[in-house]
Parts: sequence; structure tokens; C-alpha cells
Amino acid sequence: MCLAIPGKIVNIDKNKEYSLVDYGEGTKRKINVSLVDAKVGDYVLVHAGFAIQKIDEKEAKETLKLFREMLSSEEEN
Amino acid sequence: MFSLRDKKLADEIILKLKKLDVKLKFMHVCGTHQDTLVKHGLSSLLKRCGIEISQGPGCPVCVTTPKEIEEILLLARSGKTVATFGDMINVPGKSESLQTIRAEGHDVKTVYGIEDAVTIAEKNKEKDVIFMAVGFETTAPTTASVLLKNPPDNFSILNCHRLIPPALKAIIEMGEIKIDGLIEPGHVSTIIGTKPYEFLSKDYKIPQVITGFEPLDLLMATWILSNQIKKGKAEVKNEYYRAVNKEGNLKAKDALEKVFETGDKKWRGFPVIPNSSLELRKKYQSYDAREKYQDMLKPLKNKEFKEPPGCKCGEVLRGLINSNECPLFGNKCTPDTPVGPCMVSIEGSCNIEYRYKN
Repeated sequence: MCLAIPGKIVNIDKNKEYSLVDYGEGTKRKINVSLVDAKVGDYVLVHAGFAIQKIDEKEAKETLKLFREMLSSEEEN
Repeated sequence: MFSLRDKKLADEIILKLKKLDVKLKFMHVCGTHQDTLVKHGLSSLLKRCGIEISQGPGCPVCVTTPKEIEEILLLARSGKTVATFGDMINVPGKSESLQTIRAEGHDVKTVYGIEDAVTIAEKNKEKDVIFMAVGFETTAPTTASVLLKNPPDNFSILNCHRLIPPALKAIIEMGEIKIDGLIEPGHVSTIIGTKPYEFLSKDYKIPQVITGFEPLDLLMATWILSNQIKKGKAEVKNEYYRAVNKEGNLKAKDALEKVFETGDKKWRGFPVIPNSSLELRKKYQSYDAREKYQDMLKPLKNKEFKEPPGCKCGEVLRGLINSNECPLFGNKCTPDTPVGPCMVSIEGSCNIEYRYKN
């Protein structure tokens, strides 16, 4: 139920209400983006037809690096 | 997209967990977490590190009460068009499910989300369309967003939205099981942020970690919790920082605030949990199916319905037993012949256990 899938915003209508989201591998779907401040190119989490939050692309890409840092520091703050 | 797979790092975390030499019990409240834990064999791997993780009341379909199921069945039998998520359709009521009454000819639709249900109402003005609105903080903003846009008069919701933090408080206060740490649901947290969990660490000294859904996310989460315990700390840590911030989604929270107020609600397997539901504010009560069709629902008023005989969903949802400890598991109760909702929903721990281990 709380499953949310990441996708990339391809376009947004002029009312900033609906957007075409690309889930990768050719799957695209129209979703409601009125609950987030997103722009074309942003990654969002999609749940039940709505984008519920943006994903920080930079942090997502650096997650593994940050995990390693956390583990090696042993301080994890 | 953004999958985090790195065996070397996973091995490193496991090694560190073994070195910590702990014996701990954690609870999470999310079907997607359970799916990751079982699908990737993490549950058994972590058990060998002294860490047991159980799924609490973290499946919205599973915690709907038998009475809520009877309400939607009665409305469908009375000629209303009922729309809801696929998982809800097969949850057994006292004698039938939405699926079985659909086979009898009643109008039951499976939808991807609430907007699909509104579209059905717009295209079928002669029909009364009722959306069974289940879900936690992740899903409730979608309901709020739709109601703020004045959907058509022939549309209403059977509101079953519930809130996670009050349920966590309830399970701790019931004291039936010892919980050393909580793994908080990532997608609920994208909406509410990190703050609403803080009172649990402050008042009950429980370490918490907000967690994503990749195998490495869950391994990191168990390490973060174990590390906190070893250091005598009880704080809310955010492992899923790529999608969760302290404040959450302000637009979604604003929509929730406009449409809903909190109320007390019963959860399957639990008594009434204070402040655990989102009730429609007066302004939106014309969309409340319980108000709109109160005459129709009168036969159910003040009636309570028991869980199916032999069904242990309540104990599973309170983390007291594992799915396979239920005597019905895998014989009388399977995904094809479910007795309780935990075997129906793909987020239910019985369904997950059956799917990956049978």
C-alpha cells in the first residue's frame, strides 16, 4: 500500500498539476504532481497516481559512498 | 533506478553486526520493508547476528477492521458502485468479500488510486460511487488533494485512513512484547518528516531509524539501531535522507490539515487507539459515505464483528507471533483461500512469508 516507485519527470502541464513520469525501460505514466514542487528532470516517488516527494538525485547517487563513510567512522551521527 | 546493490558493503555491515554481539528485537511497520527482508533472505541472515525483526501493524489493508469490511460490503450490496485498491477486494468479511459479491453481479471496481474512482463518478453521473479510502500518511494526502478539488456529488469515500505514530505508541504502551528499536516506514516519513517520531525516543527511550526499501537500507538501519543501543542512545536517525527531510512534505501536510482532523479508531487486533485516525472535517462531510448513507448502514450501527475463527492476524499485527506460527498458515489459509487480511495483501506478513517460502 505504501509502495512508492521512483520516476523522472518528462513534462509538466501548464497548471503544474499533471506530469508524464518515466519509470525507466520505456514505461511512462501521467501522474498528479500537485503535492510536490517539481520541475522537468526531477526524480519523484510516485504512490497511487501522485508524486509524494522529490528524491535528491545527488544524495541518492552518493548513498553508497555515504554508507561506507558512516560505517568506517563508527561514529554514525 | 537508484538501486543500491553492493555485496561487499552488505558483507561489511553483517560482519560489524556480528562483532557488536547483540541479542535484539526490532519492529518495523511497513509491508515493503517486510518484502525486502524476506525476499532477500535478510530476516534469517540477521537472526544469525542476534537480531529479530517483526512486522507490526504496518499494512493498511491488514489493519482495517471486520466492521469496515462489512460496511463496504453492505454499500456494494445496496447497489452502490464501490472502487478500491486491488488488495482490499479479496479481504474476507463475515461470509463474503468484495470479490465474491462482484461475481454475484454487484458493481465493484479495482482502481490504481482515488483519481480513477473520481473519473468513474464523473463518467457515470447516474451512479453513486464510493471509494474505500484505506492507507496511512502516504496515501491520505491523495484523498485530501482530491476532496479539495470538489469532486462530483455522486462521489464519496468510506474513510479508513489511519496514522502510524499513535499506533507505535499503543504497541509500546500495551507492553506485550519487548521492542529494542523501531524501523520507521520511509514513505510515510516522506510526508510527515522525522519530527512526529521524536516523542517515542524521548518518552520511551526507544532508538528509531527512518529507512528506505533496498536491502542495504535495511542492513544499514539494523546497524544504526544496534549501534545506538550499544552506545546507550535513543534517537531518531534518518537513513532514507535521499527522500525524507525533517519537516516532511509541507504541501501534503497542508492538504491533510485542511481536510482531516484526528480521531480515535479501532485497528484490527488492537483496541481503540487514541488519535490514530484521520476524520473528515465538517466542511467535507458531504463526501463521507458513513454520513451520506447512514440509513443504509444503520443495521451495522453499534455492532462489532469478530475476526474469522482461528485467524491470528491480530497477534501477527501486534508482533506476538510469526505468520508461520498461526495454525491456519499454509493449510486452511493461503493467498488463494485467505482467512485473514494478512494473507490477502501483498504487504501482509503472511502473504509475504507464503509467497517467498512456499
